[in-house]
Amino acid sequence: MFKTTDRRIWIENLAFVSALFIAPMLFVRPLNIGPTHASENVIVVAIAGLAVGFGTRLANGCTSGHGVCGISRFSLRGIAATMAYILAGAVSVVVFKHLLGAI
Amino acid sequence: MRILISLVSGALFGLGLIISGMTDTKKVQGWLDIFGEWDPTLAFVMGGAMLPMVIAWKATQVRTPLTADKFPAANTAGIDRDLIIGSVFFGIGWGLAGLCPGPAIASLSFGGSSGVVFASAMIIGMLSTRRLQTFFSKTENTPKTLP
Repeated sequence: MFKTTDRRIWIENLAFVSALFIAPMLFVRPLNIGPTHASENVIVVAIAGLAVGFGTRLANGCTSGHGVCGISRFSLRGIAATMAYILAGAVSVVVFKHLLGAI
Repeated sequence: MRILISLVSGALFGLGLIISGMTDTKKVQGWLDIFGEWDPTLAFVMGGAMLPMVIAWKATQVRTPLTADKFPAANTAGIDRDLIIGSVFFGIGWGLAGLCPGPAIASLSFGGSSGVVFASAMIIGMLSTRRLQTFFSKTENTPKTLP
């Protein structure tokens, strides 16, 4: 199914994502971390999730990839992507919060 | 060894995200509310994360990694349509829910059903991207009249 190198990278990525899930689960109480305050509206949350998943994959990166890792190596792609998603995010908040009152 | 490094990195990333407030959707939306009641505090999280990364990238220039042949090279593709359209889609979703991929996974254990719905939709979006891309490139390239 996989080539050996693909399989190895897949396992490493799985280890990273698992730890990203498990470490907060263990430390959310000891560190007294507050709730996410996420919207209860299933449709809003599902549409947002689809847009985030599709967008990060199409752009090859998100806040961490383009924002933190890209800008820190002065990558033009990282800077352009970060400006685009922060601007789109700001417009999104204006439209959905202030104009439509959906969030 | 590489698996151990992946585990430690993922755990550190997750703890950093929950401590810094990146999993609090109201805080993220407050930061994106540039044209409303702007809460600038998360800029320090991004700036604070970039500083060690600037030093780290500098350090990689004169070194070779312990567990690989070379450090990842920067993408030389340049600013293209996919980068901007993808980022715009991501930004719209980020503003709408206040979650981006890292914090979505980090808060999955305590974010309730909304968090599960968001993460599931996000994964569906990620998995369907390549399929949508090939679909659209096919329809674009289809000649309208036969030669």
